[in-house]
Amino acid sequence: MAAPIITVEHLSKRYVLHHQQRARYTALRDVLAEKARGLFRGAAGPARSYEEFLALDDVSFTVEQGDRVGIIGRNGAGKSTLLKVLSRIVEPSKGRITIDGRVASLLEVGTGFHPELTGRENIYLNGAILGMSRTEISAKFDEIVAFAEVERFLDTPVKRYSSGMYVRLAFAVAAHLEPEILIVDEVLAVGDAAFQRKCLGKMESVSGEGRTVLFVSHNMEAVQKLCNKGLLLQKGHLLHEGPMDDVIDRYMTARDPSSGTFTLAPPEPGERPGWITGISVLDAADAPSPEIPVLDPFKVQVRFTIDRPFAHGIIAVGINTFLDQPIRTVWSAPQPWSPGNYLAVFHLDDIHLAAGRFKLVIGLSEHERSVHYVENRAWLEILDAAQRKPDPRIINYRSGLVLDQPRVDLHLLDRT
Amino acid sequence: MSKHRIVLEAGTADRRYWRDLWTYRGLFGFLAWRDILVRYKQTTIGIAWSVLRPLLTLGVMAFIGWLFNSPVPEDVPRLLLVGAATLPWTFFSTAFSEAANSLIANSNLLTKVYFPRLIVPTSSVIVCLVDLLISFGILAVLMVAYGFAPDARILLLPLFVLLAMVAALGAGILIAALNVKYRDFRYIVPFIVQFGLYVSPVAFSTQDILDSVRIPEVAKVLYLMNPMVGVIDGFRWCILGGSHGLHLPGFLLSTGVSLLLLLSGIRYFRRTERSFADVI
Repeated sequence: MAAPIITVEHLSKRYVLHHQQRARYTALRDVLAEKARGLFRGAAGPARSYEEFLALDDVSFTVEQGDRVGIIGRNGAGKSTLLKVLSRIVEPSKGRITIDGRVASLLEVGTGFHPELTGRENIYLNGAILGMSRTEISAKFDEIVAFAEVERFLDTPVKRYSSGMYVRLAFAVAAHLEPEILIVDEVLAVGDAAFQRKCLGKMESVSGEGRTVLFVSHNMEAVQKLCNKGLLLQKGHLLHEGPMDDVIDRYMTARDPSSGTFTLAPPEPGERPGWITGISVLDAADAPSPEIPVLDPFKVQVRFTIDRPFAHGIIAVGINTFLDQPIRTVWSAPQPWSPGNYLAVFHLDDIHLAAGRFKLVIGLSEHERSVHYVENRAWLEILDAAQRKPDPRIINYRSGLVLDQPRVDLHLLDRT
Repeated sequence: MSKHRIVLEAGTADRRYWRDLWTYRGLFGFLAWRDILVRYKQTTIGIAWSVLRPLLTLGVMAFIGWLFNSPVPEDVPRLLLVGAATLPWTFFSTAFSEAANSLIANSNLLTKVYFPRLIVPTSSVIVCLVDLLISFGILAVLMVAYGFAPDARILLLPLFVLLAMVAALGAGILIAALNVKYRDFRYIVPFIVQFGLYVSPVAFSTQDILDSVRIPEVAKVLYLMNPMVGVIDGFRWCILGGSHGLHLPGFLLSTGVSLLLLLSGIRYFRRTERSFADVI
């Protein structure tokens, strides 16, 4: 067997979190002040509290040439950090990585695109930033333009592009790189469905040519289709490694209870008479989790506070698609409320949403006038669980937004 | 075993760095090209600004010199005397400021893609080099208009342009690397530039300083340690020719400081470079 193309041994990446630090960067003043304070304090201990945070903790794995590796895990599991270390953007704190080949990484769509430059100019610039030579770009130019479908707008500054065109052009440049190893982070979360399919197809053909692909995504369907090998990360640890289907299965069953609750900051005093303080998604076992296996019932809990009596209070939860198309709204019956803290539980067990991500929109209102409206804060993901025993009437999980099948009568009229 | 083998480990200096710099050489040009293209987008007179800006600076400097009746050698028109100093000074001040802020301005690149980071400040110096060439064009026109013929020394001018780049790049990359962690330097840069104008021989000449009896010797040595003293004196020596001499010990001192600045700049930059993406 050939030597692996990527070998990762005991890789750790440590970040230091300063608790008193307000700004993102250090000012020289703080360093000097700290040093001065340290002089007086002597050996009394560290001047400010800080905490080490291991974004990656002792991770080891190997990747063979031609592997398509899907890296999955919850937010904060270390997926992006791993890609950044492999792409040489950040340095490992411990451990060793050996890579045998040219690496191109696509961590963001359109890295280095300049809004004032035209499509044509940006193709060259972006290509150069991703490591292509001028001749390579020229040779692929027509292919890139055709893939992105932006022929007519080549000489328009990209700031005038629609977001779809922008994303298409950016992906097209990256897709025409010819590295031995391609590293891709969640780029398919953007763009329309047709283009997403096109991107997946392109990535499949890239790996068909013997190149190695490392791919991070929350889209289980895409990962399952594209990847033959999977890595599951949880809180910086490599939890599981193996065939993609096994890894997805493991991901579905390993719950992380901390992530299903979304907390909101209280309003300014006097800003509004009532406000929402927290939103939780509860799975079938009543554990908080924003990820619900397809066909499972779930609940949405909303905590809110009322400051003065409401004559006619309503709390409502809406489920929207990520394109902001409302799917359904559930209201509490209008009733008078006295001041206090409330908890509303919405039982959403009557319809089955298809796999995908959905937004939760929460509204608190009185006499149908909105008091507090929360959107883009809480979300929910219906997981496409490959190994679930489906309702026999459901042929697949992506036939629409809602899976429930009404009765369909089929009559045999005559036998021929 | 592929020839592209990379080993990533904590704290080890990357031996492939200089080879990578060569592999990514195209990026120098592309980043510079981007900055030049972008600079005059959505301006009405466009590239004419590149001519207008140095012309206005030159005019103002010469006017002030005339107003205060500062001494001018007999064989050199005032505009040329001022021009020979304004050119390198403007180049240095813009190249230094641009390089110093270049990493922060390109932070989106630093956190998303790998390439040797030295390319960023260097390419911003290249952009300013283009401006310098345009300014040379203006100076050449003035020389023709005055019927002023330079002597053979002008052939050495590229060497002094290189020296100006060394000075700007040395100071620029040092501050750029510091700027990533300590944003204080963003505010120090304009001050250095402003202050630098008063301690560089733009409005006066090095000879005036050396001849002065009111300036103590130690201050003269400090003055000569300014990297721009060597650069500007060199420019004047090349362009104006004739009686305009070059104070050699001073020039060597100033050049030495420039080189030291560049070496320590590169060293500090290389040492901190690997953590740029973490702290920017």
